[in-house]
Amino acid sequence: MSIVYKRPEVFTDEYMKYCGGCGHGIINKVIGELIEENNWQEKAVFVWPIGCSVYADKYFKVDSICALHGRAPAVATGVKRATPENLVISYQGDGDLVSEGMSEIMHSAIRGEKFTVVFVNNAIYGMTGGQMAPTTLMGQHTTTSPYGRAEEFTGHPVNMAEIIAGIPGCYYSERVTVNTPGNIRKMKAAIKKAFEYQMEGKGLTFVEVVSPCPTGWNMKPVKALEWLSESVISTYPLGVFKDLGKEEK
Amino acid sequence: MGEKVFMQGNEAFAESAIRSGCKFFFGYPITPSSEMPEYYAKRAPEEGLTFIQAETEVAAFNMIAGVAATGKRGMTATSGPGFSLGCEAMSYMSAASLPSVVVDVMRPGPADGEILGSQGDYFQLTKGGGHGDYRTIVLAPYSVQEYADFAPLAFELAEKYLNPVVVASDGTLAKMMENVVLPERSAGPERQPWAVDGAKGREHNDITTCGDGPEQWEAFNLRLQAKYQNIRDNEQRWEEYQTEDADVIIVAFGVYSRVAMAAMKMAREKGLKVGLIRPITLWPFPVKAFENLENKDFFVTELNSGQMVEDVKLAVKDKDRVEFYGRLGGMIPTPVELFNKLCELYMK
Repeated sequence: MSIVYKRPEVFTDEYMKYCGGCGHGIINKVIGELIEENNWQEKAVFVWPIGCSVYADKYFKVDSICALHGRAPAVATGVKRATPENLVISYQGDGDLVSEGMSEIMHSAIRGEKFTVVFVNNAIYGMTGGQMAPTTLMGQHTTTSPYGRAEEFTGHPVNMAEIIAGIPGCYYSERVTVNTPGNIRKMKAAIKKAFEYQMEGKGLTFVEVVSPCPTGWNMKPVKALEWLSESVISTYPLGVFKDLGKEEK
Repeated sequence: MGEKVFMQGNEAFAESAIRSGCKFFFGYPITPSSEMPEYYAKRAPEEGLTFIQAETEVAAFNMIAGVAATGKRGMTATSGPGFSLGCEAMSYMSAASLPSVVVDVMRPGPADGEILGSQGDYFQLTKGGGHGDYRTIVLAPYSVQEYADFAPLAFELAEKYLNPVVVASDGTLAKMMENVVLPERSAGPERQPWAVDGAKGREHNDITTCGDGPEQWEAFNLRLQAKYQNIRDNEQRWEEYQTEDADVIIVAFGVYSRVAMAAMKMAREKGLKVGLIRPITLWPFPVKAFENLENKDFFVTELNSGQMVEDVKLAVKDKDRVEFYGRLGGMIPTPVELFNKLCELYMK
């Protein structure tokens, strides 16, 4: 009998707290596999800011530090500048990265900081109970946009992968999702590429993962995946927005 | 002994920090602290330093947290409005037990305020400033020499207790020039066993600032409180002059204590029994300095509307024997002004 599939050994035995149908578990697993496959266990340093992102601080047998809401790119700047040989990963949600921490992520990109951002965009505040985020879709009902997100009061969703790609300090920016096995494989390839670029000392690498939040969206997991496939990725188109490595080749 | 030079306060601190192995400086320009980022930026290439002009003080303080998390020495310097922005990170670094050093070059607030010397941040620095039950060690130098000496001391205390340390200077000390003996060079600490610098040759380290239920979080908080009590027991620092026979003891801190010293000397020349206590650690406040001082009056003077005076009242046996005089807005009393005030209060 041969093993064809197993839980990454870089995971601790901790029980994962994520809600049913949440994308975080899949993204955590893919990152765990990449750390293991590339023997980065002694080099990886996670920065986990507040939002559901922070739950993962107990799930990995690699070094990590919690950060305040929005501040992970600043903490990651300090960690990476002090230990440039390490694989520094800022793992952030959309309320965290696009709202509270917009300044920190933009300026990390402007400076061309050499860490990787895994940006989990589920178009809502998950941990605090389903409030509107800057990434919430037009018309989307949340607890703070109970009549649907309206342009008049809140403007439009923010497309971070495109914005970050437009900054010269960004080396690589791609948007992926987790709605099908094929797309999960593409996500793994994207994050792998980002990590490899970082280990080559390139500038900011940014992977946006469009991810379902059935609890925050008030949907069953299957319905959440359908809505993600039909609506969310039409606002957040998948694709590579910048890959200076490809251009250099 | 190190090199003796004639140097400005802020630059002397920055040079002393560099010699103490602090290779990382992140900061945002604000008067009267800006000579420090400028000095680091200038010295970066020859000393192999990392200097970033941060986008905000919020970012600068969190960058320092990141460096401290790897076990290396990093610092920032700012003034009141910037320190207010950094208070979120002061709370965070305290909970995370990160050994960072922050200089607050005090200027008169509130709000934008003025840019000369002040002591108006005393409450903010010693009572928290950020959220939650935390404390940071606060050192208040009175001369350019002591300012420079406090760079290595601040890092040593930060690393000994795994806690942020604030150096509270002000616009006057920042800008004045004096002779100063700079410290010997040191490389800074070895690899720290608790740091998040890659899990090489050890189990992984997690620095967590997130609670996991009230029982766990109370236990976490009690460990912090035990640390703070240890600091209170062991790190109270002060200087005192002629307190033994004194009828009145002036209490003043920072560079302003030099005005108080001049007023004390004037009083002694006139045969009045006046002494001086100069708190060096503002937190922990040196309550031990006030033990065994029976039947004395205390004249507290500060460049604020009365902040440290509250701690003096808690430290003395009879708070009715504590008087206060302060100036605001960047105004500094002359020795004669202080002496006259002293006479007015006690020579009735």
